[in-house]
Amino acid sequence: MSEARSLMLSKKASRRRRLASLAGQSLLFLVTSLSSVAVLFIFIFIAKDAIPFFELRGFREFFSSTQWYPSHRPPEFGALAIFFGSAIVTLGAALVAVPLGVLAAVCLSDVLPFNLRQIAKPVIEMLAAIPSVAYGFFALVVLAPLLQTRGGGALSLVLWAVGVPVSILLVIVLGEMAGERFPEKVRRPVTFLAMALLGVAALAGLLRAASFLNDLKIASGANALNASLILGIMALPTVVSVSEDALQAVGRDLRMASYALGATRAETLLRVIIPAAVSGIAAAVILGIMRAIGETMVVWMASGNAAQIPQPWFNFLEPIRTLTATIAGDMGEADQVTGSARYHVLFAMALCLLVFSFLCNVASEWIVARTRRRMA
Amino acid sequence: MKKTLIAAVCGVALLAGTAGWADNSKIVLDGSTTVGPIAKAFAEYYMGKHPEVNITVSESGSGNGAKAIINGTADIGNLSRRMKEEEFDAAKAKGVDVIEHVVAMDALVIAVHPSNPVKGLTKDELKQIYIGEITNWKQLGGPDMKIVVISRDTNSGTYETFQLLVTKSDRVTDKAEYVGSNGAVRQRVLTTAGAIGYVGLAFTEGLKSLPVNDVEATEETVNDKSYPISRALYMYTNGEPATGTPLADFVNLYKTDDGKKIISEQGFVPVK
Repeated sequence: MSEARSLMLSKKASRRRRLASLAGQSLLFLVTSLSSVAVLFIFIFIAKDAIPFFELRGFREFFSSTQWYPSHRPPEFGALAIFFGSAIVTLGAALVAVPLGVLAAVCLSDVLPFNLRQIAKPVIEMLAAIPSVAYGFFALVVLAPLLQTRGGGALSLVLWAVGVPVSILLVIVLGEMAGERFPEKVRRPVTFLAMALLGVAALAGLLRAASFLNDLKIASGANALNASLILGIMALPTVVSVSEDALQAVGRDLRMASYALGATRAETLLRVIIPAAVSGIAAAVILGIMRAIGETMVVWMASGNAAQIPQPWFNFLEPIRTLTATIAGDMGEADQVTGSARYHVLFAMALCLLVFSFLCNVASEWIVARTRRRMA
Repeated sequence: MKKTLIAAVCGVALLAGTAGWADNSKIVLDGSTTVGPIAKAFAEYYMGKHPEVNITVSESGSGNGAKAIINGTADIGNLSRRMKEEEFDAAKAKGVDVIEHVVAMDALVIAVHPSNPVKGLTKDELKQIYIGEITNWKQLGGPDMKIVVISRDTNSGTYETFQLLVTKSDRVTDKAEYVGSNGAVRQRVLTTAGAIGYVGLAFTEGLKSLPVNDVEATEETVNDKSYPISRALYMYTNGEPATGTPLADFVNLYKTDDGKKIISEQGFVPVK
């Protein structure tokens, strides 16, 4: 009883302590809330300047017309082609960054020997340290002329480099699957026959596609393909890094258990580790996409900035224009006429970008939360 | 550059304030965004030589340049066109005696890749290319090659000039590529076989410049106005500034060798 009493603080000391702790807490709360308040304020101020545009011009033209002539008289503010441009380079960047990034992450985490991985990971992360204007310069001065002079050849080379290993893998897997449907006796010859047939078909397909690509003439190297490639490379470190962390987080015990049950390395990877890490990988993909859609300098320099929807829409060899490049490129002019639709339209675009990133963020949070619940 | 200018102006203002300089060492310019770069370069050059003079340059458009000189809110009004009759009349009504100074010529050279065999264009053909009616060099007697149309960003005075003199009220094709500077146009045209672009006369190195209506763009043809894609750039003052004042020095800078060099560096053509 007497011991407990000596542990009690005097009333004054206890009050002082409570006050100090309150002060500490509120300081920490202030610091944390500063960043969230910043986000809120950005939202408010952009929305404040975006709303007058919709009051001046309405929603219809902005979201449904492809006629972007802001400095023409009378001006036209149809941003559909620009939304499309942002979407298509982001899609292109995802097509480059996601397969490469996820495969590289798997390779880093489960295939490469430890000391090689210690070298490879920092090198990939170096990509994130290169300033975007340097990427843009490379796109404009090196990649664009290259696409124009040797574009077809380079594309067919890429096709071979990607197509050969993928088709070998497909031929083997599909051949085995076909063979398994038959009785033991004829399994070997049937498998062999199926593989041979598939192999010939794949080779013929590759040859045709390569000759098509080889004959392709690229008039202008500043196009969606150029921007997508560079953006994909820029998003790569994000995708690799975050997915590799997710794969690592799966843990040694799960891998050991899988091997102990007699699973091969491929089975362990495909059936155990990747499914367990899929939420992290999805978050990595979304982060990579956000990196690509928000990038400005590279698309301004590499995409050609033509506000059009290419014919057909998936033609990556046509110049396109993105939201970010439009905001950056038109800011100077808009500055002169503060208060006009020309000025507010850029904020309307910024608001759309912001809403999109916000939705992406929410989606990634949701995916992570959902898988965590399912795992538990 | 704008920031350093502002900093310079502030510094000069401070200096002038402490030294107790009178109002005549302050020059205010307002007007065209096309003349703006020349005015800014002049201001930088002049303030470098005369740190006691305070020069501010605003770019609010030619119309505002005219208004500023009529209302006396600026010492020099920059215009990329001649003053209109109504503006002259308004000035007269306010007792302002406007004096016109043609400080430079603005000419756009039509540039193509050096390997392009096309010999020249008419102004109308040029317009057809930029509004998307002509899309292949074949249509102009060249090889079967798609025309890659390159334009300056809609932000620039150069685009404004091109729109005013060539495409006029028609819209530029949505296939046109936009780049941010004269140097970037040069870079794109130099590396793209099918490209066509327009640049200031000082940026044609390595490019093939096409004559328009059979007139080659040179300082002579621009100055005698025979080259069709050119226009004069103006500064207007209220009365002829008294010789010896900073204002007179400044507005006559375009006649000096240094002034001519500055004008060329900005991509314009000095007046003969």
